[in-house]
This record gives sequence, C-alpha cells and structure tokens, in this order.
Amino acid sequence: MDKNRKVHQFKNPVLNWIEFRLPIVSYFKKEYGDYPMPKNCNYFWSFGALATITLVTMIVSGIFLAMNYTPHTDMAFDSVERIMRDVNYGWLMRYIHSNGAAFFFIIVYIHIVRAMYFGSYKYPRELNWILGVFIFLLMMATSFLGYTLPWGQMSYWGATVITNLFSAIPFIGEGLKTWLLGDYNVGNATLNRFFALHYVLPFVIFGVVGLHVAAVHVHGSNNPDGIDIKTNNDSVNFFPYMLIKDTVAMCAFGVAISAVIFFGPNLMAEVDNYIPADPLVTPAHIVPNWYLAPFYAILRAVPDKLGGVLLMFGAIVILFVLPWLDRSKVRSCNYRPIYKWFMMGFFVNFFALGYVGMLPAEGLYLLIARVGLLYYFGFFFIITPFVGWIEKPSKLPLSISDVYAKNIAPNIGGGEKGIPSPAMQKDTNL
Amino acid sequence: MAKKPKNKRRDFLQLSTVTLGAVGTAAFIWPFLKSMSPAEDTLAAGSTEVDISAIEEGQSITIKWRGKPVFIKKRTKEEIDAAKMVQASDLRDPQDDADRVQKEEWLVLVGVCTHLGCVPLGQKVSDMKGEYDGWYCPCHGSHYDTSGRIRKGPAPKNLDVPPYTFLNDNTIKIG
Repeated sequence: MDKNRKVHQFKNPVLNWIEFRLPIVSYFKKEYGDYPMPKNCNYFWSFGALATITLVTMIVSGIFLAMNYTPHTDMAFDSVERIMRDVNYGWLMRYIHSNGAAFFFIIVYIHIVRAMYFGSYKYPRELNWILGVFIFLLMMATSFLGYTLPWGQMSYWGATVITNLFSAIPFIGEGLKTWLLGDYNVGNATLNRFFALHYVLPFVIFGVVGLHVAAVHVHGSNNPDGIDIKTNNDSVNFFPYMLIKDTVAMCAFGVAISAVIFFGPNLMAEVDNYIPADPLVTPAHIVPNWYLAPFYAILRAVPDKLGGVLLMFGAIVILFVLPWLDRSKVRSCNYRPIYKWFMMGFFVNFFALGYVGMLPAEGLYLLIARVGLLYYFGFFFIITPFVGWIEKPSKLPLSISDVYAKNIAPNIGGGEKGIPSPAMQKDTNL
Repeated sequence: MAKKPKNKRRDFLQLSTVTLGAVGTAAFIWPFLKSMSPAEDTLAAGSTEVDISAIEEGQSITIKWRGKPVFIKKRTKEEIDAAKMVQASDLRDPQDDADRVQKEEWLVLVGVCTHLGCVPLGQKVSDMKGEYDGWYCPCHGSHYDTSGRIRKGPAPKNLDVPPYTFLNDNTIKIG
C-alpha cells in the first residue's frame, strides 16, 4: 500500500476516519456534490432521478407485497385479494406497486424521448445509451413477469400469448417454450419461476442503473443545446442546485402519482384481471399493459407469426444501434431544422401505435398499425441516416453561457450563417 | 513466428486450464438449466377417458387434458361434407379431413390456437364460429373450418389432433 497516497481531508473526524479506509466520502462529494451540471438543463433532466426513485419505491413495495403473496396457481389470486382486503395497508402497497409500474414506464419513456430529441445518445455517450436500452428491456421483462403473478385472466392469457412468441422460432421454438414454462402450458411451474425472476430482476436493473449513472458522470450530462461544458461559467454544481431542482420535480411527481393511487387506482388496470385465471376460456380481447402496447401493435400488424415476432423484437433491438445510424454531429434537435420534425413525428407515431395496440387488430386500426410500423422502421433505417447527410444544421452557440448572452444581444458570438461555430467544429474534428 | 519451447509449454498450460474451466463451468450450469424443463410428474400427466354417449349431433364438449382444453365434436352431415369438399392442396397446412379423424362424425382437437395459444371460440351455440363455420380465435382473428384446419388469419398450422383411441362406441381415451 502506498503510504504517500493523498487522502482527502474533511472537517468531520468521522468522515476522515472512513475516508482513510474507504474513499467513499470523496467519491460522493465528487459525483453528487461538486459534479458539474450544464446550467441550461431543463426539467427534462430530472427524469433520471425520478426513475431511480421510482425503482427504489417499486423494490420496497414489492418486497412487502412478497411477504403476503403465495406463488401457487390455487392460491395466488386469493392471496392478492387478501392483500387488498385483510392485510394492513395491503391495498396501498399493491396500488403503489401496480401504478408505480405504469409511472415508471411514463418516466422512462420521457427520459428516452429526452435522450433522443437532444441527442444524448451520441458521442461520447453511446455506451450510456446502450446500457439504457438494456435497462428498458429488463424493465419490460420484469413488468411482464409481474403481471402474471395476480393470476387473473389477463395474467394467464398474457403469459400464454407472450411465451408462445418463442414457439415461432424455427426448429427449437417449441422446446424452448416448454423449457421456459416448465410445462406444456402456463401452469404452476411457470408461476413459481416467474415469481422468482420477478423478485430478482429489479436488483439486476438496479446494478445496471449504477453503471448507467457512472457512465454519464464520466463525460457529464448532455443539455438542451447539445454542446459541451467549456468553462466553469457553463455549469453549476449538482449540490445544491440540481438536487433542489430534482426535488421540485419529485414533489410534482409525488402529487401526480398520489392522485392516481388514491383517486383512480384502477384507471390503468384491466377489468378482466379481476377474474381468476381459467385455462379453458380466453377473454374476448387480450390486451397488454398500455406501456407495452406499441410493440404489441407491431406484432399484430404483420400477417405472419415468425415475421411479427421478429419485427417486434427488432423494434427494440434497433434502438441499440441508433448512435451509429445517426450520422449528424449535431446533438440537439433544436439545431436540426429538418430532423426535428421527423423526430416529433416518431414520438406521435409511437403513441399512435400504442393506441391501436390496445384495440382489436382489424379494419382501420390494422391499417394504422401497418403505416405506423413502416414509419417506425423507416425512421431508423432511412430518415435518420439520410437526413443526417443532407441537413444543414443551424448555427450552434459558442458555449452554454453564449446561449444566455444571445438572449440579450443576438449578434454576440455571431458569424456568417452556415459557418460552423467553434463548438461545432470541435465536434466535427472528433 | 517460431516460439521457444518454454513458450509452447506455457501456451499448453494456459489452453488446458481455460478448456478445463470452460468444460467444468458448462457441466456445472447444465443441471440448473435442466431443472427448468418439465418435471417427471408433469411428464407423467397421463391420459383421460371421456364418456361421449351424451353428446348430440352438432354438439361439442370441452374437456381438460394435460392442462389444455380438448374439443370433442359430433359433427353433422353438412359439416362432414363441408370438410371433405375442400382440396387439401389449397390449404395453408394441407391435410385431408380423413387424416384428421378416426370416425368421421367424431372430431377431436386440442383447443389451442396454433398462433399464440388462445382458446378459439365455437364450442357454444352462441359463439362466433368464423367464416368457415368451425372455430374462430378472438385474439388475433384466425378462422378454422369444420375439420379444425386453418383457413384464414395469422395461425400457421391446423388445430392439433391429440392421440386418442375409441375404447368402445361410448368412450374415448385421450393420451
């Protein structure tokens, strides 16, 4: 051990004692105290913190639900009803957990929209984006597994339909499905393992979130103008400025989620899931949770079993390579006059896909799903690479401080239109 | 590039250590993976005997076999004729009606849609039976005919016919 190692000195002797043995105090000071945030970050930048808080809330409420839940086909439904009626505050735990899942997806979708619109996925944050997509995948798997546990009609038939997706794989599909289920159809073996996996996956998510946060702290957060921090003038310390800002966002979020938990706890629930699972009767309309509906719409839009499954998974996998499909060096869509509109079109299209995904796949709805499917993949494979190539971006500000200077005197930091600003030149030379 | 004998020996040790480690890890993982396959008691789910004497012509019953619904239908003359009239070569999953039944009035099917596993409608008189008057899957709109063959919609295959035998005129053993 290097005796000459430089140890941070704090005023508090207890902190010094810890710091000498485990340099965790300086780590927190660096990453959550002095960590520089671009000063132009808006409330979109609070959704990462909101997502983390929601994840912790989900884990805590889930652990307490598990204390009263029985993962057996004969008892699961009744044990959930018991949680609702007899367990002290059981109804609250369950409504926090079920609505928390929906809000988790709302927050993460906004977080993804933020990352896409402001180009946070671009150099040097590609790995950060990849980890994020991975978290999104894990979240979808976890929510699907959890939805099976109450053992209502939607639980049972949702699990049946989704696990049958694997049977579309040529040759090994049927065997793989049986292996996943532990039986020839969804049964007790399936419920048992889904519970075990639903319990453990959130901790895996927590671990990946740790990497995701560590990765963003290496190069710092992106910002609405998509330019790098150059001087101390461009940033504020995380503590107290961002912490307070995130706290305000958290209060607003708390009001929103409480309103749903206490006044409309079943707004986002399916009525059919209050009917116990019946392997002999399929509900007339099987619908996924709304937050998975866009992908379900893609599945149903394809009139071929294997094709539908491939495109549905493809719709998620394509996200992994977005940083390489986008050839533009300009991060923020605020400075991309053409791509900006296609990007907004993508968000509207995703919303429309989700809407038709909840409705029967016929007539006009099916047509909308098919057009939506074309735009979804067209956006990634054609629009994104092509627009990056032909588009002439607007002039970027010289620095983050320059954004504010401009608001007072528009000519400061000016140059001829179309000549890249120094900020942009730096990017193109990378 | 020629290596000294000493390096070769080091390479051999490295390779054999890695190989042994990989094989050992695989051997260790296998029981865990295999434990997720259906257990012995699940495999031994066995067979079910069904009394079919009470089924009227045109009527269909649903029984549970290995956790799945099985449809047993006593077909009418018209339904049998409709099933026989079809050219097998025109179908997505070509099969003659004669290959799907043992006695032509009795149709026995696993009532699980071959698309994504829903139970098709058509067992009750009031149910939608689809455009081919057999079964209709409400999940994603697959239509099956009076022989349980796929005619329209996303399902790739005909409804499965489970293994069964007639023990006598009034009893079927499924499985």
